[in-house]
Amino acid sequence: MKKAKVCISLKAGLLDAQGKTIKSALESLGFKGVREVRVGKYLEIDLDQSFAKPSLRREVERMCHKLLANPVIERYHITLDDNGR
Amino acid sequence: MKFGVVVFPGSNCDQDCVHVVGEVLRQPVVSLWHQDTALHGVDAIVLPGGFSYGDYLRTGAIARFSPIMRSVEAFAKDGGLVIGICNGFQILLEAGLLPGAMLRNKGLRFICRFVTLRVERTDTPFTNRFQKNQIIRLPIAHNEGRFALDAATLSSIEKRVVLRYCDENGQLTESSNPNGSTDAIAGIVNQAGNVMGMMPHPERAAEEILGSSDGRLIFESMLEAFRHA
Repeated sequence: MKKAKVCISLKAGLLDAQGKTIKSALESLGFKGVREVRVGKYLEIDLDQSFAKPSLRREVERMCHKLLANPVIERYHITLDDNGR
Repeated sequence: MKFGVVVFPGSNCDQDCVHVVGEVLRQPVVSLWHQDTALHGVDAIVLPGGFSYGDYLRTGAIARFSPIMRSVEAFAKDGGLVIGICNGFQILLEAGLLPGAMLRNKGLRFICRFVTLRVERTDTPFTNRFQKNQIIRLPIAHNEGRFALDAATLSSIEKRVVLRYCDENGQLTESSNPNGSTDAIAGIVNQAGNVMGMMPHPERAAEEILGSSDGRLIFESMLEAFRHA
């Protein structure tokens, strides 16, 4: 089975209100040294055999660009599992 | 002037818009189902507020690929009047018909209350019935209303800002910006001026009994623009 793992997070420089709140919650619990928290989304996508190896990453990038991430505010990182790589 | 109000699964302000157009403005209005592509000869399209597709993935992200949106995009490119309210604004952003994107409110809370707004432009088909710099009252009801876009795009759309959150005196202050929007932006138009997106709900404030009738002028402006087109 081919699997793509996609992490989507807000671009640097954009205020991540959730991340900021989580950071102060960690601090109030006594965790020291937390510089910043950024919250994102994680998607696991199972793919069937029709996704050919050479174009797999490109196809997942197309998915990110067209639907999964909004390039105005978000960046994404794709990891392919062993079979996909 | 015939209006069409698009209904997505999860829209919840569509009937308010139908009411304002049909009962307050006394104009013909039809609902447009998201799975259809026919626009039934409408002269203007309203993308209403709500939670289309449950706000899954991002607000408006799924709705923008609905069959009806292909027709809406063609209609907009032809110069047809399109207004997106709240979730409708978010859909227009996702569809690329307007620049920018929406983020979670700065305070992380869903905000549902009246706000004061400054009308920055009165030469648009959506605001010609207002006075320039008029202070108006409309309700907002959203969780993702923090308008964001990069600095370069921001300077290029400065002249396309139609509504800004302000205090009762028309001043832009931090406390009068309810969601932390860039430059206190609450509503913008596209370059051609025929597509508008706004986070406040004019359809919820179109009759005095609802606490304000300022919203009625948004719809009446569209009517005015149509009559002089």
